[in-house]
Amino acid sequence: MADLYSVQNLRLSLADMTAKPLMGAAPLIDILHGLSFTIPKGAVVGIVGGSGSGKSTLGRALVRLLEPSGGVIHFDGTDITHLTERDLRPLRRRFQMIFQDPMSSLNPRHRVGTIIAEPLRLHGFDAIPDRVARALDQVGLPRSFAARYPHELSGGQRQRVGIARAIALEPDFILADEIVSGLDVSSQAQVLNLLEQLVRDLGLTLAFISHDLSVIRRLCQRTIVLYRGQIVEDRPTADLFADPQAAYTRELLDAIPLPDPGQAWA
Amino acid sequence: MSFLSVQNLSVRLKKGPPLLRRVSLEVAAGEVRGLVGESGAGKSMIGKAVLGILPPSVEVTGGEILLDGVDLLRLPLAERRRRIGALAALIPQDPLTALNPSHRIGPQITDRLVDILGWTRADAEARARALLAEVQIPDPDRVLRSYPHELSGGMRQRILIASAFAAEPKLIVADEPTTALDVTVQKQILKLIAGMQARHGTALLFVTHDLGVVSKVCQRLSVLYAGMVVEDTSVADFFAAPRHAYSAALLAATPKYTDPSAGLTPVPEAVIAAVQAEVAAFDRGGAHG
Repeated sequence: MADLYSVQNLRLSLADMTAKPLMGAAPLIDILHGLSFTIPKGAVVGIVGGSGSGKSTLGRALVRLLEPSGGVIHFDGTDITHLTERDLRPLRRRFQMIFQDPMSSLNPRHRVGTIIAEPLRLHGFDAIPDRVARALDQVGLPRSFAARYPHELSGGQRQRVGIARAIALEPDFILADEIVSGLDVSSQAQVLNLLEQLVRDLGLTLAFISHDLSVIRRLCQRTIVLYRGQIVEDRPTADLFADPQAAYTRELLDAIPLPDPGQAWA
Repeated sequence: MSFLSVQNLSVRLKKGPPLLRRVSLEVAAGEVRGLVGESGAGKSMIGKAVLGILPPSVEVTGGEILLDGVDLLRLPLAERRRRIGALAALIPQDPLTALNPSHRIGPQITDRLVDILGWTRADAEARARALLAEVQIPDPDRVLRSYPHELSGGMRQRILIASAFAAEPKLIVADEPTTALDVTVQKQILKLIAGMQARHGTALLFVTHDLGVVSKVCQRLSVLYAGMVVEDTSVADFFAAPRHAYSAALLAATPKYTDPSAGLTPVPEAVIAAVQAEVAAFDRGGAHG
């Protein structure tokens, strides 16, 4: 199977604003310390780690919302590491992102229809109203929701709008960054089921960032565990759960409170 | 007798729909009760009512909140506040917004002790230092002089826990205290809260949406739907066999990494329809605000 993403020795540094002197530039802080991995076409890959592990930074580098400071990212054979915004634009349609907090990633002043239509217009699609309607169908929202505002929807419904906006562009790759962590368990389950089905039906490649190994286990065939900007484990999910290799993976697993009063939790 | 006894508490949006529907629950001294339910079920609202911090947009329309035998709702405001302040405290959800970013940590713990409870500044500071040590903060003196942004999320949550225990309350309401933390830190914080609660013999009302967390820290739990208690039971009984179809569905929706085939099943629509019918029947019959 061909690789959709191929990442070699990816490094990324950001300005550490908490250490910025009053005058002059903030010192750089290394977030990602040379990551190498591939994402084959059609794969569903989980990226897991604690806060500050660099998982969101990695995600943002993959969809080039951030520019790496070292290494190479190939997307479907094209080196996108340092492409300019102008050269990226035709590619942007092909890698889409779904954000964690739909309250801040959906414009509160726009109706759902406009929110889904805007990127379609930007990328020069035709028959936009039909595409918006189809996207709503695909995520299981009534078409009448096109006329609603984000605040009129529940958390789960808002997250579906985020998914509809991403899939309307017929992308090859979707990056989902903690998209269910703000939801109740039941809505969580619904959104995960939906995502699973869309990946299957549309042949998408998915990278799913989460701090929740239970969710990763359900959704992803392969899991990358990040710890302090380094990959400590990258294996098929079933193997990772059966026999975690890295100490940090074991620590993550042990920390999950199972809904079971009998679980030893020392 | 229970230290906290909530009887038939009804709360609604002013001139609006009910938010709590005749909620009753008891928390014995030294006991931990979980309040679980989906967002909007009213679990935080109960905690706020108990602490007398309901938002101005809502009103209590009936019921009693007995704190150590005295009905808070019948006390004049000033006296109610004094009683709650002396007996109860809150561990809030978001440790960043709960701490004032422009003040150092020290005064944020001690001011309440000095200004409201009349401690001397020296006593309050000694107490703060001892508590920070108890919540396993290294170098308490440095932390007391720090600003919130200089500390990690886990550290800030430890400070709020210390602060909640500062005046030796008999009841603590913990409102989703670990939701903003990642799992490894959550585990440390939960064990810390459970340990402090047991050592100090504090009654704890633990608001959470995570049944995994409930199974670790609570002895009893109330399951809420639309402001109505659908199940009130012991943790052991609940996880062995939930009685109400809605609570069973909630448990089935909770992810379980040890068993990929279990968990993450959405609450079936038939179950939601049934529990909504219960709520509607309650609203028709229970003419209580």
